[in-house]
Amino acid sequence: MSGNKNFVLGVYSDEDELLKAIPQVRESGVKIHEVFSPFPVHGIDDVLGYKRSNLSIAAFLFGLLGTTLALTMQIGMMAVDWPMIVGGKDHLPFPTFIPVTFELTVLLAAFGMCGTFFVASNLRPWAKPRIFDERITDDKHVVVVDIDKQKMSEAEIKSVFEKAGAEEINNKQFD
Amino acid sequence: MHSEAVVRKPLVTGGKTVHDVTEDICKRVEEKPVKSWMAAMAVSLALLGFGAYAVFTLVWEGIGSWGLNKTVGWAWDITNFVWWVGIGHAGTLISAILLLFRQRWRMSINRAAEAMTIFAVICALQFPLLHMGRPWIGAIWALPLPNTYGSLWVNFNSPLLWDVFAISTYFSVSLVFWYIGLVPDFATIRDRATGISKAVYGALSLGWTGGAKDWSRYETVALVLAGLATPLVLSVHTIVSFDFATSVIPGWHTTIFPPYFVAGAIFSGFAMVLTLLLVTRRVFNLEDYITMEHMSVMNIIIMVTGSIVGIAYITELFIAWYSGVEGEQYAFYNRALGPYAWAYWSMMTCNVISPQLFWFKRIRTNIAATFIISIIVNIGMWFERFVIIVTSLHRDFLPSSWAMFYPTWVDVGVYIFTFGLFFTLFFLFAKFFPVINMAEVKSIVKTTGEKTDK
Repeated sequence: MSGNKNFVLGVYSDEDELLKAIPQVRESGVKIHEVFSPFPVHGIDDVLGYKRSNLSIAAFLFGLLGTTLALTMQIGMMAVDWPMIVGGKDHLPFPTFIPVTFELTVLLAAFGMCGTFFVASNLRPWAKPRIFDERITDDKHVVVVDIDKQKMSEAEIKSVFEKAGAEEINNKQFD
Repeated sequence: MHSEAVVRKPLVTGGKTVHDVTEDICKRVEEKPVKSWMAAMAVSLALLGFGAYAVFTLVWEGIGSWGLNKTVGWAWDITNFVWWVGIGHAGTLISAILLLFRQRWRMSINRAAEAMTIFAVICALQFPLLHMGRPWIGAIWALPLPNTYGSLWVNFNSPLLWDVFAISTYFSVSLVFWYIGLVPDFATIRDRATGISKAVYGALSLGWTGGAKDWSRYETVALVLAGLATPLVLSVHTIVSFDFATSVIPGWHTTIFPPYFVAGAIFSGFAMVLTLLLVTRRVFNLEDYITMEHMSVMNIIIMVTGSIVGIAYITELFIAWYSGVEGEQYAFYNRALGPYAWAYWSMMTCNVISPQLFWFKRIRTNIAATFIISIIVNIGMWFERFVIIVTSLHRDFLPSSWAMFYPTWVDVGVYIFTFGLFFTLFFLFAKFFPVINMAEVKSIVKTTGEKTDK
């Protein structure tokens, strides 16, 4: 019951216009909440000042976990728990462990990274997303500004968007 | 700044705008099914129904209802398994390897190709499961789970067990890769839908909003998954080939198998992608997205991989002769000139000669020719596996136990079951899921569309 949240939206159709507009908006002192696009726009991370995602590190660590688990499982089962000679091979025939180790490394890296991605981006089937404009998933790029977090007034923010060439400037309210 | 050589043809034709992409793809999902789709679905369900009866017979009567005998202990089951797994490879190649190489022509075909991968692997999985006779027990014994025999663990020295891990990893990673690509497109459908479909696509879209931060993570995930899927796809058919290569049967025990199987897999996979896409683009009017350029490029890949497969066949023959091993020489002599010579020469014609026609530009940009050759290639690749498996077994070490393999109706029926399953799943996908990756295609409309629109 903390009251309504108010946003100003600057709508763009062309990704190159958008990439030109974002620095102008930021330089005039407006803090951008987020920019929404129908497709990944290359170079948008730089103009928004976002750092590269660390998900690849997550993938590496989960992969390492997969390697460890796979080797522990195979060595534990084949050499420790029930050592048995199969086809005249060693109890610990390391080369024959490579395929399963590789597969489990890939499996855990992929699932671990995707799980991290879902958690980080709050993606879940029951999520109730804030949809600022239904055309975002169609063909419009929308720059969203949270009015309550700005030093400027609503009118001033709108004039910044006007100067930065927004096609439409809209208001959006969420409970 | 991105610049493209003038010789490159546009990847999306018809002067499409970003909004047109949404309309063209979503319309298929939103409108009532077209008649041709209903007809295709009816045929698939009929195949599935008949096949299900064969599967029921198989499980009820046992493996004895197949045409196997004590000499030929592996025949259609593993042939079909390897064939379906191979077909799956093109999807991963298109989505992962071509992503790493930044081949943007993959964008409008990767969704359907990945779907094909997943459905093909589901079909492939039926054979190892069903051949266990009691699949509900066998599937558990194939996993390293504690049991009441000790625990007596599974044998990690066996390529058959490596297959369990390889195929299940391949299936689940492909599924995740495909699903993550679908999430933004489900969000597009969600934002246009009403009522129940809004709720369903809303849940499927996982609350995707298209924020720049999310896109940044999405792109990282796609790139890393591609990096993981590339060695994975190569490992899968390598491990499938180990099922044969690590044995001591003449005709199977060859070190050439891993690269030869991978090339064959890509070869047959691209043929199946073409068969499916040529039908899909016609039924759903997607000619502006899946263009002649796409067909032509895929036909070149078929030609190249077909030539690799051809070289592998000839190398096998040469090495059999050069090795001086009598058993090995006889295995290949018997393949080419024995009672299964008809299968061997069908394989040679379909796989080595037919793709060479794609040297002619007129043939590789002709829809009818491409469609026919794509089916011929898949017939050829089925024969390749049949030839490798059955001709290596049917004349074994004792001439008194030499035999032929004759399939029963259950052999045929179980194969038909997988066709029914495959096409049912594919047509359901084509109707209810966005068949083209809208988000990715939208990102190239401006730079490689026919008209650079404002």
